[in-house]
Amino acid sequence: MQEEDKTRRKVLIGLTSAVGLSGLPFAATPFIAAWNPSAKAKAAGAPVKLDVSKMQFGQQIQVAWRKQPVFIVRHTKNSLKSLDLVLPKLADPNSDQIEEPYRGLNLSRSKSPEYSVFSGVCTHLGCAPKYFPEVEPKPWDASWNGGFFCPCHGSMFDIVGRVFKGVPAPTNLIVPPHMFEGSILTIGEDKEL
Amino acid sequence: MSEIAGRLFSWVNDRLPIVNTFERHLSKHPVPSKVNFWYLFGALAAVTLIIQIVTGIWLIMPYSNTEEQAFSSIEYIMRDVDYGWVIRYMHTTGASLFFAVVYLHMFRGLLYGSYQKPKELVWIFGCTIYVAMMAEGFLGYVLPYGQMSYWGAQVIISLFGAIPYVGESLELWVRGDYYISGITVSRFFALHVVALPLVLIALVFLHLVALHEVGAGNPEGVDIEKYLDDDGIPLDSVPFFPYKVLNALVAIGVFGIVFSVIMFFFPEGGGYFIEMANFEKANPLVTPDHIAPVWYYAPFYTMLRAVPDPLGGLIVMAAAVAIFFIVPWLDNSKVASIRYKGIYSKVAITLFGVSFLTLGYLGTVGVTEIRKTMSVVCTIIYFAYFLLMPIYTKFETTKVVPERL
Repeated sequence: MQEEDKTRRKVLIGLTSAVGLSGLPFAATPFIAAWNPSAKAKAAGAPVKLDVSKMQFGQQIQVAWRKQPVFIVRHTKNSLKSLDLVLPKLADPNSDQIEEPYRGLNLSRSKSPEYSVFSGVCTHLGCAPKYFPEVEPKPWDASWNGGFFCPCHGSMFDIVGRVFKGVPAPTNLIVPPHMFEGSILTIGEDKEL
Repeated sequence: MSEIAGRLFSWVNDRLPIVNTFERHLSKHPVPSKVNFWYLFGALAAVTLIIQIVTGIWLIMPYSNTEEQAFSSIEYIMRDVDYGWVIRYMHTTGASLFFAVVYLHMFRGLLYGSYQKPKELVWIFGCTIYVAMMAEGFLGYVLPYGQMSYWGAQVIISLFGAIPYVGESLELWVRGDYYISGITVSRFFALHVVALPLVLIALVFLHLVALHEVGAGNPEGVDIEKYLDDDGIPLDSVPFFPYKVLNALVAIGVFGIVFSVIMFFFPEGGGYFIEMANFEKANPLVTPDHIAPVWYYAPFYTMLRAVPDPLGGLIVMAAAVAIFFIVPWLDNSKVASIRYKGIYSKVAITLFGVSFLTLGYLGTVGVTEIRKTMSVVCTIIYFAYFLLMPIYTKFETTKVVPERL
C-alpha cells in the first residue's frame, strides 16, 4: 500500500515539475528578448549614402555605418596593377573563406572596379586597421606594398582589404551590402540582393 | 540604565541568535595558532570588497549611464563633485588592489594546498568569486565610456563572435546595438552595480560558510583536529576573536597605507590602473595605437594573443581560468604545504609564478616576434604546471609532516 503511494507521489511530483519547468522558457523570453537591439537602435542603423566622385585617386575615407567604420578606397590604375605583387602574401586572394554576396566580383572587391568598400573592423577582434598607402619598408613588413595594418595585434591587409598569411585575423575584411547609383554609394543596402 | 540595555539585549537575543553566532563563528571558532602573512590576504580582500561597495554606491549617484553623458559625468565627478575625485580614485585603486590581494590569496592557496580535501568547495567558491570579479571589473571598466573602455569592450565582446554559428548574433545580443553604444553601457551598468555585486556577496558568504565548516589551514599543512583538549578544541588553535581579528587589523592598517599612497599620489598607477587612452572619450571610428588590458587581465590577454585563431585563443583563455577549478583533483600529493612537498613541486610552482608574471608583462606591451615566442612558451609552462601536477606530485619524495603545529 505504502509502496504504491510513493510511486504515485513520484509520478505526480515529476509531472508537476515538468509542467512547471515548461513555463520557464516562456517566462525567460521577455528577459532575453529585451537585450535585442531596440526599434530605435535598428532605426539608427539605417543605410548611409555618400557621393564618392569627389574622392581623390588613391584616397581612403572612412564613413560610419551603424557607428562602425567602413573604409572606401578610390584606386588608381597603378595601384590595382600592383595588387599582383602582394598575391603570394595573401591568405585568401579570392575571398573564398567568407560567405559574401560580392565574391569574385571585381579586383577591387566591390560593385565598382574603381572603388573598394569594406568594413574597417578587423576580423580578428574588431579593432580598426589603419591605412598606410605608401610603398616603403615598414616595421611590420620590409616589403610593404601599401595596405592596412591593425595596431592592436598586427594583422595586415592589402589595399582591397584582403588578409595576409600568418597574421591573427582569420579572414578578409568583410564587404558590407552596398550599391552604386552613379556616383552615389549606399552602404547597408543593395537592391539587387 | 545598563540593566535596561541588558534586558533589551536578551530580549533580542532570545529572538535572534546573536551570542550563538558570535561564539560559533568568532569567539569560539578555532583557527590554527601559527600562520604567516600569506594568511592575511583573505581579510584584506573582504575589506576591499566593502570599500568597493561603499564607493560604488556613492559613484552611482552622480554617474550617468548614457552614451552622451557617461564620459562627461565622470569628468563631472572628478572636477565638480566635492571629493568626487577621492571617491572615484578609491574605487579604481580598490579595483586594482582587490585583484592584487586576491591573486596573492590564490597563490597562498597553491603554495599551502588550501584546496586539498576537505577544502575543495572553499576553493571552488573562491574560484567562482574570481570569475565573477573578472566580469565585474570588465563591466566597470566600460562605464566611463573612454577610448580604452570602448576598444577594450570591443575586443572582449568580439570574443563571443569567435564562437561558431551563434557568435555573431550573440555579439549583437550582448551589445543590444550594432556598436558599443549607450544601450550597452546602461545594461553593463545594471549588471555592474546590481546583478554581479549580489552574486559576489552571495559567493563570499558561501566561501566563508564552507571555510568555517572545514576549518582554516596553516602553512605547515598540519591537521590540527588530530590533537584535541578535553573540551574537544584543537590544542594548536586559538579563537578567531580576538586573536586573528587583531592580527588582521594590523594588516589592514598597513594595507590602508599602501592604498592611500596609491590613491593620493599614483591613482593612474602609471597607466596600469587607469589607462591613459581612457582620458579621451570613446570614438568608434579610431582605435588607439596601443590596446592593452588593465594589468589584472594581462596574463590571460597574452594567452589569447598567443593563439593565432580567435576561437582557439578564446578556448585557451577560458581554460586558463577554468583549470583553477579542478586543482583539488590534480594534486596527488600526500602533503598539503609546499614546505613538505618535493623538489618537482617547488620547481613547478616557481616556474608557474615566473611565467604568470611574464605573461602579465607581455600583455601590457606591443607584439614583436620574440615576445610572441615568449608568450607561447609561458602559456605552455602555465598549463604544464596544472596538467603535469598529477604526475609530479605523485612521484616526488615528500618530507614527513610534523604531528603538531
